[in-house]
Amino acid sequence: MAGYAYVSGHERYVFRDLKDLMAKATPLRSGDLLAGVAAGDDTERAAAQLALADVPLGVFLQEMVVPYETDEVTRLIIDSHDADAFKAVSHLTVGGFRDWLLSDHATTEALAKLVSGLTPEMVAAVSKIMRVQDLVMVAKKCRVVTKFRNTIGLESRMATRLQPNHPTDDAAGIAASIVDGLLYGNGDAVIGINPATDSIGQVTSLVQMLDGIISRYEIPTQSCILTHVTTTIEAINRGAPVDLVFQSIAGTEAANKSFGIDLKILKEGYEAGLSLKRGTVGDNVMYFETGQGSALSANAHHGVDQQTIEARAYAVARPFKPLLINTVVGFIGPEYLYDGRQIVRAGLEDHFCGKLLGLPMGCDICYTNHAEADQNDMDVLLTMLGVAGINFIMGIPGSDDVMLNYQTTSFHDALYVRRVLGLKPAPEFEAWLKAQEIFAAGEQVSLGPDVPRAFRRAIAAE
Amino acid sequence: MADHDMSDKPRGVTIANPWTHLRKHTPARIALGRTGVSLPTTEHLAFQLAHARARSAVHHAMDMSKLVQDLARFGPVVEVQSAATDRPAYLQRPDLGRKLSAESAAKLAAEVTGPFDVAFVIADGLSAFAIEKNIVPFLEAMLAVSDKAGWSRAPLIVAGQGRVALGDEIGAIIGARMVVMLIGERPGLSSPDSLGIYLTYGPRVGLTDEARNCISNVRSEGLSYAEAAYKLHYLASEALKRSLSGVNLKDDAEVLPKPDGVGAGNFLLDAPKS
Repeated sequence: MAGYAYVSGHERYVFRDLKDLMAKATPLRSGDLLAGVAAGDDTERAAAQLALADVPLGVFLQEMVVPYETDEVTRLIIDSHDADAFKAVSHLTVGGFRDWLLSDHATTEALAKLVSGLTPEMVAAVSKIMRVQDLVMVAKKCRVVTKFRNTIGLESRMATRLQPNHPTDDAAGIAASIVDGLLYGNGDAVIGINPATDSIGQVTSLVQMLDGIISRYEIPTQSCILTHVTTTIEAINRGAPVDLVFQSIAGTEAANKSFGIDLKILKEGYEAGLSLKRGTVGDNVMYFETGQGSALSANAHHGVDQQTIEARAYAVARPFKPLLINTVVGFIGPEYLYDGRQIVRAGLEDHFCGKLLGLPMGCDICYTNHAEADQNDMDVLLTMLGVAGINFIMGIPGSDDVMLNYQTTSFHDALYVRRVLGLKPAPEFEAWLKAQEIFAAGEQVSLGPDVPRAFRRAIAAE
Repeated sequence: MADHDMSDKPRGVTIANPWTHLRKHTPARIALGRTGVSLPTTEHLAFQLAHARARSAVHHAMDMSKLVQDLARFGPVVEVQSAATDRPAYLQRPDLGRKLSAESAAKLAAEVTGPFDVAFVIADGLSAFAIEKNIVPFLEAMLAVSDKAGWSRAPLIVAGQGRVALGDEIGAIIGARMVVMLIGERPGLSSPDSLGIYLTYGPRVGLTDEARNCISNVRSEGLSYAEAAYKLHYLASEALKRSLSGVNLKDDAEVLPKPDGVGAGNFLLDAPKS
């Protein structure tokens, strides 16, 4: 490879190859320092951004950051690239692409047509030379709508995953958090449980329990147990009423191998989910989770920066038309995103990259107790993502996940962002909330004064 | 059956939720009430305090010499250190926490010689509180099960500043067919002392998460020691039988019957329809 350079007066900055250039152009984060791929200082970073801005987009179809021959994710990206769709921007450099994205030419319709012509590397590259307001401005123009038992991603709407985790998967404990979430108006993206233990028996009984609750209270939403895709396939084979098939994914073949998956296994999961035909308004049956740092964590990053690898994970998701894809932005820990500032930027980058690639992005706006972050940082990211048009966020009692031991957005947080930005739940779910009188009538989001009739007996019987 | 008033109760400007009694089922922060749609002051500040406490747990150092004394009742104990020399290095360099210091690697090679069916490794991880509170009662339950199964086991190995994959190197050096890593999980707001268990068959340097089976949240308020020992015995027996661990080894262990009373059922489905 020829290498890349930026010259300023008598100073010359040289970058070995495209992945070196992209890594050094990446805004500072601890994971890239850990991997030894980050710029040496801020000046080298700025020089790398200037050099990256001059790279023609077509180069990303010629020079691979992870080898085509040894990585099935690269093969997926290149083999499924749509040259016709790419024509609209093929003459641009990365810098020119930023200008185009921010221009009035890049309408919602134009961005939708471009989706299959973009690769994750192009999208990651342009994000690296964008400020936070650019990431918000462009993402807000993208619209990705998906459906299963309701419609997610419409304009001025934002859904929430009700996450009723319990340390021992106790049925009544899970039900208590579900009641709390529903009565605070949460749960339209999915009612999704991270099981404490990954056994088929446990997973099956949780699937049945959620199916029972959704059916009995006629809630227009879907359930998911966030277990390994092979466990879900086996549960489906045993007759479990599975709505969404879950899997964590990453942006390289080796990182996916560390999760015990490949594209073939994902396809089997997708087909198993589709075979049940349980969606009523659509057939988006997959729920994926991602997060910057997972490839490095598995020593499977090929010397590529963590944000570029994260964008490649969205390419892994694309063929399986997910209902939901969620970047769990602060979950892994401070060795990848050190503090609130790094977490905020990463969340907005991931949302932007996913949306440009046509994916129904949500964000687990979160942090761990060993990171330098707190609730104030999460409020900033939540508000910015609300403005940027995020499809869904998490909802958990009081921000405290008592099973996974981290903090994410609460049921109250969702109501805050709905109220300040005028965001409504998915239309089918909003109608249910109003019929149940959980939401009061009127335009402003307000909770009704009483426990709905349908829930009174169950709660009182306790 | 209690008689509950089903209207949200105004308490000045804040509104309480009439389902606070459901808290008996879960440690989750349910029924916090609201002012407008926001958290009441009391709940907001209680969260701040819990966060400060969890941050302290991360930085609490494990008292290695006391731990070695406490574990002596179970037989010989060997003490090792990862390559992470202190807490800041441990937090920012996970690669160092996954490998032994040069001295510890040499010490293990010289002092502990297999083959063994199983090696139990005890590491502070992100919460030394978890080890201090749970390790003795868990080992009492587990070693009885392990010895009954007739597995030959290595001396207990205590590792400072350790991450999960450190067990792979330890197991490979001493010649263990399986490694069981007992490690402090990262502290939650409501659970600063949760123990995690990772089982790996055929430990060697370079294995990743798909090669392991995990049992999490072992502590007095979480998964009980007896239930954790039961699950680990099942997984380890299957691992020995099938010569593998990880995603290809599913946990088909029957869920142990729960005690009667709290948590026995799901009130949302058990209640008669209105």
